Amino acid sequence: MGPGGTHSTGETRRAIEATFRIERARLIAGLARMVRSVDLAEERAQDALVTALAEWPGGGIPANPGAWLMAVAKRRAIDTIRRDTMMTRKHDEIAQTLEEADEDAAEAIERAIDDDLGDELLGLIFTACHPMLSRDARAALTLRVVGGLTTDEIARAFLSSEATIAQRIVRAKKAIAKAGLAFEVPRGAERATRLPSVLEVIYLVFNEGYAATAGDDLVRPGLCMEAQRLGRMLAGLMPEEAEVLGLLALMEIQASRLGARAGPDGSFIPLTEQDRARWDQLLIRRGLDALARAEAIDGGGPYALQAALAACHARARRAGDTDWVRIAALYDRLRGVMPSPVVDLNRAIAHSMAFGPGAGLRLLDAVAGDEALAGYAPLPAARGDFLFRAGRLAEARAEFETAAGLTRNGREAAFLLARAKACGQ
Amino acid sequence: MRVMVFVKATEDSEQGVLPTADMLEAMGRFNEELVNAGIMLTGDGLKPSSQAKRVAFDGPGRKVIDGPFAETRELVAGYWIWEVKDMDEALAWVKRCPNPMPGPSEIEIRPIYEMADFAEAMTPEATEIFDRTREKLGS
Repeated sequence: MGPGGTHSTGETRRAIEATFRIERARLIAGLARMVRSVDLAEERAQDALVTALAEWPGGGIPANPGAWLMAVAKRRAIDTIRRDTMMTRKHDEIAQTLEEADEDAAEAIERAIDDDLGDELLGLIFTACHPMLSRDARAALTLRVVGGLTTDEIARAFLSSEATIAQRIVRAKKAIAKAGLAFEVPRGAERATRLPSVLEVIYLVFNEGYAATAGDDLVRPGLCMEAQRLGRMLAGLMPEEAEVLGLLALMEIQASRLGARAGPDGSFIPLTEQDRARWDQLLIRRGLDALARAEAIDGGGPYALQAALAACHARARRAGDTDWVRIAALYDRLRGVMPSPVVDLNRAIAHSMAFGPGAGLRLLDAVAGDEALAGYAPLPAARGDFLFRAGRLAEARAEFETAAGLTRNGREAAFLLARAKACGQ
Repeated sequence: MRVMVFVKATEDSEQGVLPTADMLEAMGRFNEELVNAGIMLTGDGLKPSSQAKRVAFDGPGRKVIDGPFAETRELVAGYWIWEVKDMDEALAWVKRCPNPMPGPSEIEIRPIYEMADFAEAMTPEATEIFDRTREKLGS
């Protein structure tokens, strides 16, 4: 019985389930390494929950519930391994003594128990985010086994059907089993090549949540929190990885603006026009702190640089205080590690803010021919802005009109047409 | 959701009795667990109320009251801010916290108001009525 002794059965059940939710990912991680299967690990974890629901209401929640659940689940796993070994032997008539088989199983369990719990969790994360899986499959599987979301929640979050997500997860698990992955944390050079695929998944989850609008199912904006939680976990487990800290910083700072980026009618408010008093200062502080830790190791990675860019805005009390010279310099570095025409476009905008419209126009001319930007409304919109500021109104007007014709967003089109009109005849 | 988790004061904490090495170590481990689970946003310990001040408001009046304050059990000795899925999760975490005080003590969990709590009071319909009213008033 819990302290107080006044719990109703329903409350006890909820308390047990909450405890289980806290332990679930670590439980699955430890079991997966032992049984080499996400499915079996999930089953054994579920067994442990069933046992807890039967035993805890009478005996109380144990002092170390995680260890208790793990012990129960592992005992069940050993029983299953023994049973399977016996059956295999009957089928194949392998001449192997029972003692030997027991020793193997016992050794595997010893190894599993000896492993550091955090290491197991990391192993599970790296496995669920293995680059052989598609990005969507990695995201779904990670949210399922690490985040503990249900298939239904994941489907709603990604505006997909439950059947599609369920199938995606089943396929991913099969692929992992087929590849015989050991649920281990890659070391050295392999870690360096596999870490980006973990970070990519977390940032994908975050951006799905960030793209959600006010009318959406609450599960969608909840994805931001889920991604932040994963990012914080990862930063706790790998505090020496600059890019892990960089991604965390980027997410914390971007999330600090969640409450300020939409008007009462749900319309999008651009960064420079947001009410900065509504930015979440606690998240900004956490973001700046994580960024400082990343930069102390190496601030040159794509996430750390993007976080540094986000930090420039977070530090400016008013839009007019923004340090555009610093932003321009950061974009110069970002295009070196993350070459993309969109980065080049943003770089041109930053340079125009820092050094005047002429500098922006020169940089835009260099990327204007890029096919990836063909039909991309922000390109003519930026050029229109630079021309307007340079006093070349007729040209600016034509660019704004082109941009308005390209965007599919009604509000954006109206905004651009208003800017065209402001250029006069 | 965000919750603020208060460690309530005791006679010991009010007298500035510092935690023992064992308690510090246990609390350090608990904090590490909170960080690794990704739920802890911030937290601090507070000095005794003998070093505190209160400002009492009454209309335009502002009166400063120096600590210490009498109602020990109502005072706060430390706090965390956590981001959790629900109250059940917060409760499960608090239950596994080591007793923060040498004697009997209490921890209180309070959900923090979030933007969504206010959004409900300001539906698009309500906003429109509000805007129309303002238009009529010519402001």
